[in-house]
Amino acid sequence: MRIKSPKDFWSGLIFIVAGGFISGYAATHYQMGSALRMGPGYFPVWLGALQLVLGLIVFSRSFVLKGEGISKFHWRPISLTLGACVVYGFIMKPAGLIIATIILTFLSALGGPDYRHKDAVYVSLAMVFFSVTVFVWGLKLPFPLWPEAFQ
Amino acid sequence: MDMSLLSNLWLGFQVAVSPINLMYCLIGVLLGTLIGVLPGIGPTATIAMLLPITFTLNPTSSLIMLAGIYYGAQYGGSTTAILVNIPGEISSVVTTLDGYQMARRGRAGPALAISAIGSFVGGCFATLLVVVAAPPLAEVALKFGPAEYFSLMTFGLIAATILAHGSVVKAIAMVLLGLLFGIVGTDVNSGVLRFTFSVPQLSDGIGLVPIFMGMYGMGEIIKNMEHKDEGREVFTKEKLNLMPTLPDLKASFWPIIRATGLGSALGLLPGGGGLIASFASYMIEKKVSKHPEEFGKGAIAGVAGPETANNAAAQTSFIPMLTLGIPSNIVMALMIGAMMIQGIAPGPQVMTSKPDLFWGLIVSMWVGNLMLVVLNLPLVGMWVKLLQIPYRYMAPAIIVFMAIGTFSLTNDPFDMIVLAAFGFFGILCVKLEMEMAPLALGVVLGPLMEENLRRAMLLSRGDATVFFTRPISSGFMIASIVLLIILALPFIRKKRQEVFVEDD
Repeated sequence: MRIKSPKDFWSGLIFIVAGGFISGYAATHYQMGSALRMGPGYFPVWLGALQLVLGLIVFSRSFVLKGEGISKFHWRPISLTLGACVVYGFIMKPAGLIIATIILTFLSALGGPDYRHKDAVYVSLAMVFFSVTVFVWGLKLPFPLWPEAFQ
Repeated sequence: MDMSLLSNLWLGFQVAVSPINLMYCLIGVLLGTLIGVLPGIGPTATIAMLLPITFTLNPTSSLIMLAGIYYGAQYGGSTTAILVNIPGEISSVVTTLDGYQMARRGRAGPALAISAIGSFVGGCFATLLVVVAAPPLAEVALKFGPAEYFSLMTFGLIAATILAHGSVVKAIAMVLLGLLFGIVGTDVNSGVLRFTFSVPQLSDGIGLVPIFMGMYGMGEIIKNMEHKDEGREVFTKEKLNLMPTLPDLKASFWPIIRATGLGSALGLLPGGGGLIASFASYMIEKKVSKHPEEFGKGAIAGVAGPETANNAAAQTSFIPMLTLGIPSNIVMALMIGAMMIQGIAPGPQVMTSKPDLFWGLIVSMWVGNLMLVVLNLPLVGMWVKLLQIPYRYMAPAIIVFMAIGTFSLTNDPFDMIVLAAFGFFGILCVKLEMEMAPLALGVVLGPLMEENLRRAMLLSRGDATVFFTRPISSGFMIASIVLLIILALPFIRKKRQEVFVEDD
């Protein structure tokens, strides 16, 4: 059986797995209750089951109806940008806003197709300036500016 | 005219023109225009980012500002669409078709001017509609019980799937997924923690801002980072002569009138809003035009119509939110979030319990529209300069804004993980053609739907037919079923394919 529509194939699969998992997990871990007195499991079990069914429809359709191929995943911008955000969150407390912002800006710039060292430096300085003035001094949000070790 | 309506408007006027609110309105519309002009960041991500800040402001000012961002973005998006052939805002896609062609022929000025005028007319009329329609709707809504709310939300979600691109089956599956994401956390009824997998940060749910910011914000930026920045051809060589000619005005008159009505109507529908309105307007103008062959080559009706429609729709989309407490699109869902942060439960009672908020917000829309039409045209030069900043400067800056905005909510690194996860999920959705909007609406409505379903069943003592025996409720349910049937009809399926293929 050839897959005629990769997009439908994978999205169908996602719905099947998600729906199935949620429905199964809810059925085995939460009380269903009755229609009159719904337990915590009622809603997820039924919605998950319905999703599983729809997923099966989409999945089987992928072998019948033709669809476009999936466009390329550009892993560099994806991993650098998203990774940068996670890093930002985790180093904020130990390293402070200034260092966190610089790292975030650099990683994001690296993720783009036109990376240049000098520009990345300028933007990161501008971002530090902006973050400090607007968010810390202006809006008084509680971010530590400097690393913990120097507090 | 009804005396109480006048006194309400007067109250609203006093609230809207107070110095503080004028300032926040101005900030909102300027910010909205700015992000509307800039591709890669839209009102959804911006409003999501500013939600935590609204906590420090009073509710009326927050909503005035956020609203200004939303309809301001509709104005800003057209500038980029006309000058650079890139939609600054998703709903400006249609404006690129004829607007850019006009710019190429040296007619950027009139295009921008007509766009602003049409937007103003559409926005004002639609606001008038809000004023007139909101109170009676709120009255009706007061009679709503849980069954009615549940049916209304069902109708809303189904309508949203129709108006979405592509496969309805997938869109419904996305709605379900959204509903399921929405109920993660503590079940209000039983106190049971659902799907939290022992992660303490999930006990209150996944967090609306990281989800929205991730799917809509991160996804969009990363998509733009995939290609080299080829430098954008911006038409600023000649001094922009903004005056439209008399033939321009004549040609735009009826399109603007039609688009105002169309946009106002479509904004009310769930899943409606700028994009659908501008599309529909373009299609209609092309059909009724005496010179349809000009469309796509610089027909001014192709700019006047869509631009008016998207502004009108943006304004009327406030109606379901303000009167029923139901979001008709993502931005409204965020507005509801803003109200809840302030401890205000959205719904028909807001009109009577907080009239200054309600009427102040509505009048501020007129004020905002006026500010926009006055400021937009002189400021075009500034927006153009902005558009010429290379993406390698802009992209990291936008990412930093999004990161700090999300992080500042809870100062918890976990939220950044959620942001990244939904960022990836958003990219996946685009690649696999899974509609994000139905999912986002589902996330917001999930807990509400479950709650109303529960209560409706409790009140009816387990009788599921209650949704059909109560008149208002059955109306919505039948409408939902009819919509689904219509969609399944092969004839309509083909038509939908046509409409959506034309825009690709």
